[in-house]
Amino acid sequence: MTAKQIVVVSAGLSTPSSTRQLADRLAADAVAALAERGVEAEVRTFELRELAHDITNNLLLGFAPPKLEEALDAVASADGLIAVTPIFTTSYAGLFKSFIDVIDPQALTDLPVLIGATGGTPRHSLAIDYAIRPLFTYLHAVPVTTGVFAATSDWGGAEGDGVRSLPDRVFRGAKEFADLVERTDRSQLVNDPFQLDRPFGHLIGGLAGE
Amino acid sequence: MQFGIFTVSDITQDPTTGRTPTEAERIQATVTIAKHAEEVGLDVFALGEHHNPPFWSSSPTTTLAYIAGQTSTLQLSTATTLITTNDPVKIAEDYAMLQHVSGGRADLMLGRGNTGPVYPWFGKDIRQGLPLAVENYELLHRLWREDVVDWSGKFRTPLQGFTSTPRPLDGVPPFVWHGSIRTPEVAEQAAFYGDGFFANHIFWPASHTQRMIALYRQRFEHHGHGTAAQAIVGLGGQVFMRKNSQDAVRDFRPYFDNAPVYGHGPSLEEFTQQTPLTVGSPQEVIDRTLGFRDYVGDYQRQLFLVDHAGLPLKTVLEQLDLLGGEVVPVLREEFAKNRPADVPDAPTHASLVRAKYGDASPRQATPNANRGDNLTVGSPYQDTVASDPATTQTGSAFGPAATRQGVAR
Repeated sequence: MTAKQIVVVSAGLSTPSSTRQLADRLAADAVAALAERGVEAEVRTFELRELAHDITNNLLLGFAPPKLEEALDAVASADGLIAVTPIFTTSYAGLFKSFIDVIDPQALTDLPVLIGATGGTPRHSLAIDYAIRPLFTYLHAVPVTTGVFAATSDWGGAEGDGVRSLPDRVFRGAKEFADLVERTDRSQLVNDPFQLDRPFGHLIGGLAGE
Repeated sequence: MQFGIFTVSDITQDPTTGRTPTEAERIQATVTIAKHAEEVGLDVFALGEHHNPPFWSSSPTTTLAYIAGQTSTLQLSTATTLITTNDPVKIAEDYAMLQHVSGGRADLMLGRGNTGPVYPWFGKDIRQGLPLAVENYELLHRLWREDVVDWSGKFRTPLQGFTSTPRPLDGVPPFVWHGSIRTPEVAEQAAFYGDGFFANHIFWPASHTQRMIALYRQRFEHHGHGTAAQAIVGLGGQVFMRKNSQDAVRDFRPYFDNAPVYGHGPSLEEFTQQTPLTVGSPQEVIDRTLGFRDYVGDYQRQLFLVDHAGLPLKTVLEQLDLLGGEVVPVLREEFAKNRPADVPDAPTHASLVRAKYGDASPRQATPNANRGDNLTVGSPYQDTVASDPATTQTGSAFGPAATRQGVAR
């Protein structure tokens, strides 16, 4: 059986970044959860910081430079996406949104997504559900129920917010994600951006030899 | 193979002087550029269409007709004519006129345009861009081939017994190219009718252009117009030259960095690497351009963009001198090598007349007195050929692909 293709996108801006750290934890637990089900998975991680200029150029010019194109192709043909962004000014980071904006609107259809977000305080945790989740549902992706928000205090102790620890939440989100990734065969489908929806004879309304 | 230039008619501040030319200056400069293109031995001048500042070319056939009057061999074309927002009836009339006054030196390239607000200015709905392009061209195609057209569609009032005048020169419609940056449906449209396909080739990596042309060629063959290798392909390109490479890069950089389309984005180096833009010596332009054939096959028309982004007239004329003097002669020679004999040249009026009539005299449309009886008498013209049977609607299917009577060109 071919390995499931998991793509991790981290929009953290600093190095080292807690956003990347959360992304890696989500990926590790997802791989482990899949392994428990006997499913092999390969993980590719993209730091949007390294693609920031390419993303801007794509916004300005309408096409992706080679490095960015590689990331876009990887996301489009993935079996699962782990998307993690810092929360800035009550929402996803601008770089994260810019990346989403250069993705072909059809490219994420049926894609299982595990959402992660980081912020200074737990008061921003709902940004996952009011800002990030609608992005993915709009694009017909399938974000799992549990989104994982990591505030600065979460990294401090096992207790986290006193309800459920960060490792618990990571584990739960990864499990839900693995359930969906196990069942999808997206990476085996052929994506052809040049494919016509309908033959031309039908476009002009006749039967025209088609 | 044809070589030429195309312009979008932008009026842009020269970033090195801070001066923006007036509309009058830029319009006269463009006429000078077109005439010089012929003087240096280029084949084609193609003019864009825009309906908002800072562009001036709202009425391409007026400009092209004026240029036609001052040139003798230059092929006049467009880049592009808006098939979405122009009434196809007016396109049929205007370009047939241009054919007549230019002595058959006119063709045109259809496109959807890139300016959303143009649609409502002409009473159209941008959400219908592609269906408009499809329906309008279907009508345009008939208006040039049938003397009397009954038609109804979604986007304009129906026509009953309508005759587009004048009839195309010698009864042969202007050759049509379909231009696109990234829409596969346009490649399919070109292939369906057996028309030419022009890839903008400026704003896209070569690998994408390659796939688009491959799609067009494959569909051209599918629709029965000839082999894939015989499809009619045109490419854009963008060059800036000085005798030596470093001077070219130095002189062009301020124009690149501030250009309306790609300025303030990628570096000149990144953009030349990722797209066909070539900034360097004539030899570098020759080498890069010859490389186009490697990924699109033998093709028919190469147009260069040389006059945009605020480049002054003097510089543009220098570019033409280099193109005509050093680059194009070598390209002609090299592209001719190993070119299969069955790959056609770009269609011209003469070749289209020959294809249609052979050694016979072409049709010269002579009208009857018009008594409003077009439909009952059969033809408003004195000859009896009311329409070209190969392109007349038959049953529920129509267009050349439906009837497949040999190659439609």
